[in-house]
Amino acid sequence: MKKRSALPRKIFDKIAALLAYLAAFAGLFILGWILYTVAARGFASFNLAFFTELPNPPGIEGGGLANAILGTIILTLLATLIGTPLGMLAGIYLSEYGKNSKFAEWARFFSNILMGTPSIIIGIFVYTFLVVPFGNFSAYAGAVALAVMMLPVVARTTEDMLQMVPSAMREAALALGTPRWKTTLQIVFRAAKSGLITGVLLAVARISGETAPLLFTALNSPYWISSLSEPTPNLTVTIFNYAMSPYEDWQQMAWGASFLISAGVLFVTLTTRFLLKEKK
Amino acid sequence: MKGNSHESFSDKLFRTLAAFGAAILLLVMAALFVELVSNSWLSIKKFGFGFIFSNVWDPVKEEFGAAASIWGTLVSTVIAMLIAVPVGILIAFFLVELIPEKFAKWIGTGIELLAAVPSIIYGMWGLFVFAPFMANTVQPFLQSVFGETELFSGPPLGIGMLTAGIILAFMILPFIASVVRDVFKMVPAVVKESAHGMGSTLWEVTSKVTVRYGMQGIIGAALLGLGRAIGETMAVTFVIGNSHRISTSLFSPANSITATLANEFAEASEPLYLSSLIELGLILFLLTFVIQIVSQLWLRQVKKKMGRQ
Repeated sequence: MKKRSALPRKIFDKIAALLAYLAAFAGLFILGWILYTVAARGFASFNLAFFTELPNPPGIEGGGLANAILGTIILTLLATLIGTPLGMLAGIYLSEYGKNSKFAEWARFFSNILMGTPSIIIGIFVYTFLVVPFGNFSAYAGAVALAVMMLPVVARTTEDMLQMVPSAMREAALALGTPRWKTTLQIVFRAAKSGLITGVLLAVARISGETAPLLFTALNSPYWISSLSEPTPNLTVTIFNYAMSPYEDWQQMAWGASFLISAGVLFVTLTTRFLLKEKK
Repeated sequence: MKGNSHESFSDKLFRTLAAFGAAILLLVMAALFVELVSNSWLSIKKFGFGFIFSNVWDPVKEEFGAAASIWGTLVSTVIAMLIAVPVGILIAFFLVELIPEKFAKWIGTGIELLAAVPSIIYGMWGLFVFAPFMANTVQPFLQSVFGETELFSGPPLGIGMLTAGIILAFMILPFIASVVRDVFKMVPAVVKESAHGMGSTLWEVTSKVTVRYGMQGIIGAALLGLGRAIGETMAVTFVIGNSHRISTSLFSPANSITATLANEFAEASEPLYLSSLIELGLILFLLTFVIQIVSQLWLRQVKKKMGRQ
């Protein structure tokens, strides 16, 4: 029998390894490229006015995005206020009551579907559901769109975190005569506290950089927010509008807003990862 | 005695509230579907099935067809998958087999951070940095290598189908890489060692044993990436070029369902125009819905199989 040479196979093995190194390097390189660009270009537009003033019309020096920064914070907070309690209730039901019932299975199934639904579709849904009937774009509509995106994330992480609490704790509390709701909220929740906070942070990280759900709900505005039922200035839609404009000073502003949003989202994401690692 | 008869009022109330929370998930999905269908009814009635195949998009004459947008969504997604699946598998191979766990953790985190970057940031970077890079370097290079083929014809503008597909690939890469990595890790060491014992090289073990063993998981990862790519909005909107013409060249400006929605929804004042846009949204929703269901059933199947072993 003719002996097969091992050389071509070894060379091929080296080539595959080289390609794998290149692939990993390329992934990191893209990340670095994006972050470097955003940081370098964004930092250039930071000054006191950027954080304290209203935007100027194109061509006029100065101005800032203080209204959009405030608007994004308000939208995120409002969405968290709506999405967290509802999501947690759903999570409590799935973990403590529904378990393997048909209803719970369906709720899990659809929460996964909702998680995979494109954010722009949620924007359209809220537009037809809240913007058209009330006749105006509003912070409420924007916050509801973001809250819909939070719901499945909070529900599933809440379920996972509650599942990790040993049932002996529930049984001990129930045996002492503690009502079920008190057991859940004061014993199980307390044991799962850090995990629950992580879950909410995860959801906040997911929504705070979102643009598409806000396009047709919160819209945008060059003014300060005076009420929650008006078009609401926010950073991400501002980036979209300014970047697509032909004015260089607006595009520069968009870079500043990009840096702010990226830094915020990455900070929350890294915090979440750190907390999750602590838990393990 | 009935099972729950000793349940106090407050307990009942709490249980009802929790069930309401879970019901919200189902209600939102139902309402979303109903709203999309009822609001696109005008366009469905007017254009029927022809809407999907018609390539006319004329807001002035009020003639609408989804073909160009659907085409753009499909082609940009296919480009993204063609790049992200092999590169994701290579990265998983690198992380699991080629470097010590200590470094793999850090590099893996770095790759996963790509998923944390908001999509509008991909859009900004794509429009102002990557598109010029494509126009000045990548596209002329492709044209010089492949000549004036249909696929790479036309002026290298930077923006267009190819650029959108590549940026989508960057966005879904972390999802695919991290799922494939987990799949690779689940392959029992004995299986790999027996192949090593036969004198296989590292790549042979991975491509012929690990990948085959974990094939179902890898397909699951690809489905996950597909679901994300197809509905991605902002990154695509910035770079795809916003043109309703279907072209065979990947360099040409094009449109996707999401980009059409993001660009035109706010200015659509005529009822039929708006309704057509919402029907586009409905088509996208149905596409992602089917992908989601297939991938969920698939993953359930995989989990069952893995659980048995």
